[in-house]
Amino acid sequence: MSLKSAAMKLMQKAIEHAPDSMMPGGKPDPLITRKHGIVGAPVTRIDGPLKVKGAAPFAAEFEAEGLLYTAVAFSTIAKGRITSLDTSAAEKAPGVRLVMTHKNAPKLKPTPMFNTQPKAAGPSDLPIMQDDSIHWNGEPIAVVLADTQEQADYAKSLISATYKEEPAVIDFDAAMKNAHEPKTILGEPPTINEGDAEAALSAAPNLVDKTYTTPRHNHNPIELHGVTLFWEDGELYVHDSSQTVAQSAWTLAEVFGLDEKKVHIWSPYVGGGFGSKTLWQHHVLAAAASKMADRPVRLVLSREGVYRTVGGRTTTQQRVAIGADADGRFQSLIHTGVAAMTEHNDCPEQFTFPARHLYATKSFLIGQKVADMDMLANTFMRAPGESIGTFALESAIDELAEQIGIDPIELRARNEPESDPTTGKQFSSRNLIKAYRDGAERFGWNSRSAKPAARRDGEWLVGMGCATGTYPYYRMPGGKARLTVSKDGFVTAEFAAHEMGMGTATTQTQVVAERMGVAQQCVQINYGSSDLAGVFLAGGSSQSASIGASIHAAHTALVEQLIKLAGSKSPLHGLDADDVESRDGGLHTKKDPSHGESYAAILRRAGKDELSVEESAPPPMELQHWSMHSFSAIFAEVGVNTITCETRVRRLLGSFDCGRILNPKTATSQFRGGMIMGIGLALMEETIWDSRKGRIMNPSLAEYHVPVHMDVPEIDVMWTDIPDPHTPLGARGIGEIGITGVGAAIANAIYNACGKRIRELPITLDKLM
Amino acid sequence: MNPFTYARAEQAEDALKLAEAQGARFLGGGTNLVDLMRETIERPQSLVDVTGLSAAIEETSAGGLRIGAAARNSAVAEHRLVRTLYPVLSRALLAGASGQIRNMATLGGNIMQRTRCAYFYDDDGSRCNKRTPGQGCDAAEGFNRYHAILGASPSCVATHASDMCVALAVLDAVIHLRSPRGERTVPFVDFHRLPGETPQVETVLEPGELILTVELPANPIAKRSTYRKVRDRSSYAFALVSVAAALELDGGKVKDVRLALGGVAHKPWRALRAEEALRGREATPENFRAAAGAELIDAKPLRYNAFKIELAARTITAVLQELAEEAQ
Repeated sequence: MSLKSAAMKLMQKAIEHAPDSMMPGGKPDPLITRKHGIVGAPVTRIDGPLKVKGAAPFAAEFEAEGLLYTAVAFSTIAKGRITSLDTSAAEKAPGVRLVMTHKNAPKLKPTPMFNTQPKAAGPSDLPIMQDDSIHWNGEPIAVVLADTQEQADYAKSLISATYKEEPAVIDFDAAMKNAHEPKTILGEPPTINEGDAEAALSAAPNLVDKTYTTPRHNHNPIELHGVTLFWEDGELYVHDSSQTVAQSAWTLAEVFGLDEKKVHIWSPYVGGGFGSKTLWQHHVLAAAASKMADRPVRLVLSREGVYRTVGGRTTTQQRVAIGADADGRFQSLIHTGVAAMTEHNDCPEQFTFPARHLYATKSFLIGQKVADMDMLANTFMRAPGESIGTFALESAIDELAEQIGIDPIELRARNEPESDPTTGKQFSSRNLIKAYRDGAERFGWNSRSAKPAARRDGEWLVGMGCATGTYPYYRMPGGKARLTVSKDGFVTAEFAAHEMGMGTATTQTQVVAERMGVAQQCVQINYGSSDLAGVFLAGGSSQSASIGASIHAAHTALVEQLIKLAGSKSPLHGLDADDVESRDGGLHTKKDPSHGESYAAILRRAGKDELSVEESAPPPMELQHWSMHSFSAIFAEVGVNTITCETRVRRLLGSFDCGRILNPKTATSQFRGGMIMGIGLALMEETIWDSRKGRIMNPSLAEYHVPVHMDVPEIDVMWTDIPDPHTPLGARGIGEIGITGVGAAIANAIYNACGKRIRELPITLDKLM
Repeated sequence: MNPFTYARAEQAEDALKLAEAQGARFLGGGTNLVDLMRETIERPQSLVDVTGLSAAIEETSAGGLRIGAAARNSAVAEHRLVRTLYPVLSRALLAGASGQIRNMATLGGNIMQRTRCAYFYDDDGSRCNKRTPGQGCDAAEGFNRYHAILGASPSCVATHASDMCVALAVLDAVIHLRSPRGERTVPFVDFHRLPGETPQVETVLEPGELILTVELPANPIAKRSTYRKVRDRSSYAFALVSVAAALELDGGKVKDVRLALGGVAHKPWRALRAEEALRGREATPENFRAAAGAELIDAKPLRYNAFKIELAARTITAVLQELAEEAQ
């Protein structure tokens, strides 16, 4: 063990055992107890009218004088070298200004890889167009700049390449033979165990031991990945579609050897991200080509281009084995498996995370490996790990419940842990069984027959299933916000966060209004720019908490300064920040709400137009101190056609335990969106991978199936709304959890409908025949 | 997309002249051809837009229906006479594509729709005999879940993607063609070809020849007809298997029957063997299933599509049973 890691371990132990009060969130946020305010109200999205009017421009809609358009050519082999690359016809084609290849591209440093440094955003550490080597089927080999998009596309079609192929690892079955443990799984140990789980499994009177497989998935946000960018006085300005503005700016600065302040990323509106709107090669290629051509450049990946150059969810093979005593109490829980990855990235698809926190068990073996393949770096996709991990784990729970002959909800209740089963930490808040009971009642779970194939409706067999969803609570380091209050009583909050359609701008307006005690109409939020304060990730369901903690910190600092500024003539004189609260447009003592002063009065008396502070959130030590997770109980009713074996989801209900819900309207949308992705995961989504060439064969929305409207029934959502006492405003993030559990709930419902257990996603009709 | 010239014809004569002069391709709604041009799989030098030609849907003197090649899919699907006299056609059209695409797509264009094989579409990354004759076929040993079980050849295992064409095959439709050499008619079932050694030649249409109209003969059996499409999602997916059928009973026996399959072959597959096996037989599920078996006896599965044989048999049986129940 190195000195550094020893010190880190010691620090971790100290945090675990420190008193609650020393932790961020150790003292509950006072706003948790404030009811009937703006937080919790179903506020309609404030950017909604702009979207409807077309007044919310995406990255590829910004104009620039002398703008050049881009087309990208991709490799057609998985590994080897380019032996010839003929661009002569393309260069002579009408309107072409530049053809950039490895032969003429400027020297570029590789992108520092995500998770290796605080602001690193690189999808991998591969060189970008620096030599003739090919690392995956679909790697960019040439970039064409032309006066119009059509000219660029045409010129690109004139480029021809030949290759010398080298042996490539492109078959997952073959790659699994060399599977190995990565150093960590997102900072967690790859394998954890207690007792002899295999022996306990063999000895258990009830046991299941099954293998589950999940396919590759590709990202399909409706807004294609694109940038409009330009260089000016040695600084790079990028209109991007991003969920990582600060990280992307820092990483691009590294690639081009610039001070990070010289890269500016703007991304106020994003047409969906789901984990894909991070930094990819197209950013670097567009910036490099723009520099070479000395012209502004727009690069929008084609839909095929997104499949070839933006990673997706990787494929996995998972084993879940559970041994239980006669009453169903777990004696052994095993969840192991392998995910495909590359040697050049670190995204191991944490599918064993749910098993680490969901069930009490006497012994466990939980561990995962990666199999290196020659493919595009895989990446995060809505609830990476948990989405497909819960499919395997929660299918196995259902299988075990049937074997023992008890209701699957009851089986879960019997194995509900008091504290985290693998770390021993206290849960910050956990109400999973309540979510189940509430959901079961609303869904009519008690009308389900435990016996499969018992309910028929014409040609259809109808069944019900349920499953647990879960996702960790994350708050990222680096959160920081600027709060400004003006003499008119208006409040501006600024932070380098993102609105990808989930409602961040709206909920954070509510949060700032509540925190500052002003009307929502008096709050302006500025976000979506790397020039603003802080480092935020619109991912891992972390952003709301990270912003919330930053605003809380900035608010405390602002209150201290306001009290100082108020001076000796103020009723606030001599008070601490703790003695006062923000309400009715000013500061008032907690003891006597009539005793106080408005922000406007304080500023005017001091002769100031405004007061502005920037403050950082405390490091997220609470994550090491408590076990912090969100939970859901998902219920599905499906019909399986007795003739064609087509499966259609008839009803879906999600009962969520995610702390306090900040805005029921935007939250409902988030949950439903995640659950719709869960329908796709269960029944149809699959990247077709030709393992002879390592090539994606369905890079199109016609052949890559996501649910259409007719596949989506009415989706009911409900929540416990029990605040988490240790998070800002009592809320936990909700972006990812919607998809988790849905795959298993549908698979379990299919089993209940027709008696067939499918352990291989997606559950297409051929598997049911 | 490659540069091309564009002209619009208002009369069939103009269309033929323009096409002859410029070696042009005819353009209908563009829902397939323009996609293929964007992918540079189709590279016509010149297009002649024929959506201005006849889109009329009119009764023939013999009591049938004549439909202009420029009629939009949505217009055909919702036409009163189509819905009452030939419900299978209306249902097949509505099972295809999306509302927006059906509003653009034309009858003639849909007949000329090309295959959706992933390897055919993968312009620079895969081999395809249809795209580059003699190159080889990457689908035969590749991802072929959607591919043919009937009538395929070593050179091509692709399927015809149109739903509408399956209905036209079952309705004994006749295609009226015109070229500078004159007019001719071709029975719809003979219009598309099996791949053989020349999968790039998909129809019997001669270069420069234009589809004018499609004629549906009067036939009372067509009134009791339907279409069932089996697919991976509820809408906007190509058929894994589809069945078009019409049935007429006499007592409990099959007086007459028409049956065609989609998603199983390089062309809309008229199931003549099954029809023959059913005429005069009792209309029972067992006989329907046996007739399906007779049709599928030569079916050859590929690695990923063996399920289609059973799926086709089940769907044929269910569709005929449904029609039989309606008739009784």
